Amino acid sequence: MLVEIGWIALMLAFFLASYATIASLWGGRKASSAAVFSARNATILVFPLLTISVLILVYSLLRLDFSLAYVADVSSQAMSPFLRATALWGGQQGSMLFWAWIMSGFLAALMLRNWDDDREQMPYVIGVAMLTAGFFIGLVLFISNPFARTWVVSGVDQVVRSVFAPANSQPYFPQDGGGLNPLLRHFGMIGHPPTTYLGFTGFIVPYAFAMAALITGRGGDDRWIRTTRRWALVAWAFLSIGLILGGRWAYDVLGWGGFWGWDPVENAMLLPWLTGTAFLHSVMIQERRGMLKVWNMILIILTYSLSIFGTFITRTGVIGSVHAFAKSALGPAFFLFIGLTFLGSMSLLFRRLPTLKSEHALESFVSREAAFLLQNVLFLGITFAVFWGTIFPLLSELVTGTKITVGPPYFQKVTGPLFAGLVLLAGLAPLLAWRRQGWRSFAKTVVGLVAFSLAIAAAWGYAHRQHPSSWLSLWLVTFVVLAIVYEFWKGMRARIQSRGENPFLALGRLVGRNPSRYGGYLVHVAVMMIALAFVGDSYFKQETQGTLSRGERLTIGEYNLRFDDLRAYPGSDGREIVEAVTSLYRGDQYLGELKPRRDFFVIQQQPVTVPAVYSIPDEDVYVLLVGWEEVGLQATTFKIYLNPLINWAWLGGVFLVLGVGVAVWPWGEGRRAASYRPRPAELGVSPAGGD
Amino acid sequence: MTRPWLFLLLALVASLAVSRGALAQASDPDGPTADEVNRIAKKLYCPVCPNTPLDVCETQACQDWRAQIRDQLAKGWSEAQILDYFVAQYGERVLAEPERKGFTSLVWLLPALVVAVGLITATQVLRGWRGARSARASPEEQGGGRAAAQAMQVDHDVLARIEVELDRIA
Repeated sequence: MLVEIGWIALMLAFFLASYATIASLWGGRKASSAAVFSARNATILVFPLLTISVLILVYSLLRLDFSLAYVADVSSQAMSPFLRATALWGGQQGSMLFWAWIMSGFLAALMLRNWDDDREQMPYVIGVAMLTAGFFIGLVLFISNPFARTWVVSGVDQVVRSVFAPANSQPYFPQDGGGLNPLLRHFGMIGHPPTTYLGFTGFIVPYAFAMAALITGRGGDDRWIRTTRRWALVAWAFLSIGLILGGRWAYDVLGWGGFWGWDPVENAMLLPWLTGTAFLHSVMIQERRGMLKVWNMILIILTYSLSIFGTFITRTGVIGSVHAFAKSALGPAFFLFIGLTFLGSMSLLFRRLPTLKSEHALESFVSREAAFLLQNVLFLGITFAVFWGTIFPLLSELVTGTKITVGPPYFQKVTGPLFAGLVLLAGLAPLLAWRRQGWRSFAKTVVGLVAFSLAIAAAWGYAHRQHPSSWLSLWLVTFVVLAIVYEFWKGMRARIQSRGENPFLALGRLVGRNPSRYGGYLVHVAVMMIALAFVGDSYFKQETQGTLSRGERLTIGEYNLRFDDLRAYPGSDGREIVEAVTSLYRGDQYLGELKPRRDFFVIQQQPVTVPAVYSIPDEDVYVLLVGWEEVGLQATTFKIYLNPLINWAWLGGVFLVLGVGVAVWPWGEGRRAASYRPRPAELGVSPAGGD
Repeated sequence: MTRPWLFLLLALVASLAVSRGALAQASDPDGPTADEVNRIAKKLYCPVCPNTPLDVCETQACQDWRAQIRDQLAKGWSEAQILDYFVAQYGERVLAEPERKGFTSLVWLLPALVVAVGLITATQVLRGWRGARSARASPEEQGGGRAAAQAMQVDHDVLARIEVELDRIA
C-alpha cells in the first residue's frame, strides 16, 4: 500500500511539473498572472510530493521490503540501518529519484525566496526549470522506477520488473537482497553523493534565469547574474565539497594511496566545476563593465549541460569506470536531453545576440578584464583537455576500432601547465585594477611580491632540494598566498590610517563591506592549500612494497614498519576480514600500531582493501595489506605510501566552505532594504549602456 | 637462478591465489624487487580492469601480469622491451599514457590546438574591443571635440561607480 502511495506521489509530481512548464510559458506569453501564479504553486508542490516518494523509498529500504526490485538490489539484512538509508542513492533508480528530489527542493526554495525579485522573467524561469525537472521525474517514473516490483510470469521462465503485475504473474519475494556494492559501504556514503548532487542540480537556478533573460530579451542586463549569484556560489561550493569528499573517500576505500585518479567519473564531475569556476569569475566583468555578455551565457549553458553530462556518465556507465556502478537503459534518453538542452540553449543565444552588446570597451591589456579573459581561456582549455581525454577512448574505438587507455599521465601532462598558468593569474589578477592598470605601480607591487615569495620559496625549495622540479610549483603557491595577504593588509592599512580602527575591527569591517571580494580571496587561499596537496602528490610521494615474515621490517623515508601478526576473523555486514598487525617506527621511536585489512565480501565475491593510515599534519603513512601466504611463516606483502602535504587538501576544503560562507553571508542586507538614499538608476539617469 | 624454478614458483603462487584470491608475492633476494615491478606496472592497464592501473589492481589477471613482469625483469629485459611486449600481445590499450602516433596523437594535439586558438581569439577580441572604442570615439572627436566625448565617458563611469559604491555602503 505504502509503495503505491510513493508511486502515485511520483506520478502526481510528474503531472504537476508538466503542468507548471506549460502554464508558466503560456502565462508568460499571454501575460496571465493567474496562470503564472498557478505554475508557481505547482512548482512548490512538486517538492513535498517527491519528498513523500523519497521517504517511502527510504522506509522500504530500512524495512527491507524485498518485493521492491530496487530494495532487493541495494539493501540486505547484513547492512546497518545507516547504510540501508543511504542506499537511497546507492543504485541507479534511487539516485535518479534523489536527483529529481534535490532539484525540486532547489526550485521550491527559489520560488519562495526570489518570487518578488523578477516578476517579468519568472514565468520563463519556471518554464525552463520545470521542463528539466519534469524530464528527470519522467525518467524516474517511466524508465527507472524505484517502485517497480519483481514478477515471475508463470509458464515462461522469466522474471519481469514493473510497477504493475504482468498477466499470469506472481510477485517474487527474495529472502535477502544483494546489498550495496562493498566499496559504497562506508561512512563517506553520507557525504560525497548528496553534496555532489546538490552541486549538479544547483546550477539549474542560474541556468534557468539566464535562459529566461534570453527569452525576454533582457540578457543584456546583468540582473539575472545579480539575482542568481548566491545560488551559483552555493551550487559551486557544493560541487567543490563533493569533489573534496569524493577524493577523501577514494583515499579511504579504493586503496591506491591517492585522492585523485583522473577516472572518467571524477572527470565528469570536474568538468562542470571548471566551467562553473570560469563562470563565477567571468560574470564579475559583466557586473562591473557590461562586457562578455555572450560569453557568460555560453559558460552557464556549458556548466549546466556538463552537470547533466556528469549525471549521464555516472548513471549510465557509458564509459567503463570503477565508479559507474549502475548500468542502464537510460543512455539514449539522457543523450537526447543533453543534446536538446545544449543545442536549444545555444540557438536561443544565437537568436538573441543583438541584445547582448558590450557596453564598454577594453581600455588596456594590463587590466583585470584582460586577466579574466586569459583565465577564461585557460579554464576552457583545461575543460576541453579533460573532456577530450575522457571521451577519447570511446572515439578511438568508434573511429579506428582500437581501444586505447587515456590514463593519469595524459591528464597530468596536459593540464599541469595550464593549471600552473591559472595559479599565476590568481596571484596577479588581484593586483590589477579594472579598466587600466598603470605599469609603474603594478611593477612596483609585483617586483616586491616576487622577490619576497622567491626568498620564501628558495628556503622551502632547499628543504626539498632532492626534487628540483617541485620548486616552480612551490614558488607559485607562495606567490599567490603572499599576494592575497598583501591585498588584506592593504585594505586593513587604509582603514587603520583613515579611521583609526584597531587591526581586528579593520579586518572585520573590510571583509563585511566587501564580502564577495574577501570571501573570494579566502577561497583562493583554500585552492592554494589543495594545490599544495597536489604538489605533494606529484613530487614528494614515495611508495614501496615488500614481503615480510613476522618481525621483519619494511623501510620508507624515515619510517619503518614491523610485521607482528596476521589474523582472520568474520566481520559484520557479511565480510571475512584478514588483518595484519604492524608497528610503525620513526627510526627507533615507536609511533603506534597499524592494522591494514583485506575485507572479503562473501556474497559479492569482492575483496576490499582497507588501508591503515598514520596521519600527522606533515604527511600520511598509508599502509596496505597486499597479500599473504596462508601457511608456514605467513610471509605477508605490504605496500606503503608516504604522502607528504596531503592533509592540506582536507584543510583547504574547510577553508573553501569558510570563504564561500563569507561571500554569501547577508552582511547588513537589512540596512540596505531600509535605506532611502536615491540611486542613480531611480533618478532617471541611465548610468551604464548609454553609449 | 633458472627459469624452470621460477615457473614452479609462479605455479605455486597461482595455486595459492586460487584458494583465497590473495597471496604474498614471492620475494627473492637476488631477483627484481616489488618496487621495480610496480614502477613498470604503473604504466600499464590490464584489459579487464578499466581505470585501475596494474600496480594497484588486485585481480588474479593483474597479479599474473605482475608476475610476468618480474619474470621478464629477471631475464634482463628493459622497461621499453616489457612495455612493447604487452602492447604487441594485448594492443595499445594497455598503455596508461596514450601513444603519440596515428589517430591517437589527436588526443595530445587537439587540446594544445584549442588552447592556442583560444589565446589567439582572446587577443583578437581584446584588439577588437580597443578598435571598437577608438572607432566609437572618433565621430565625436570630429564633431564636438575630444573633451566632450571624454566628459561623457567619465560621466557614465562615475555613475556606474557611484552605484557600485552605494551597493557597498547603503
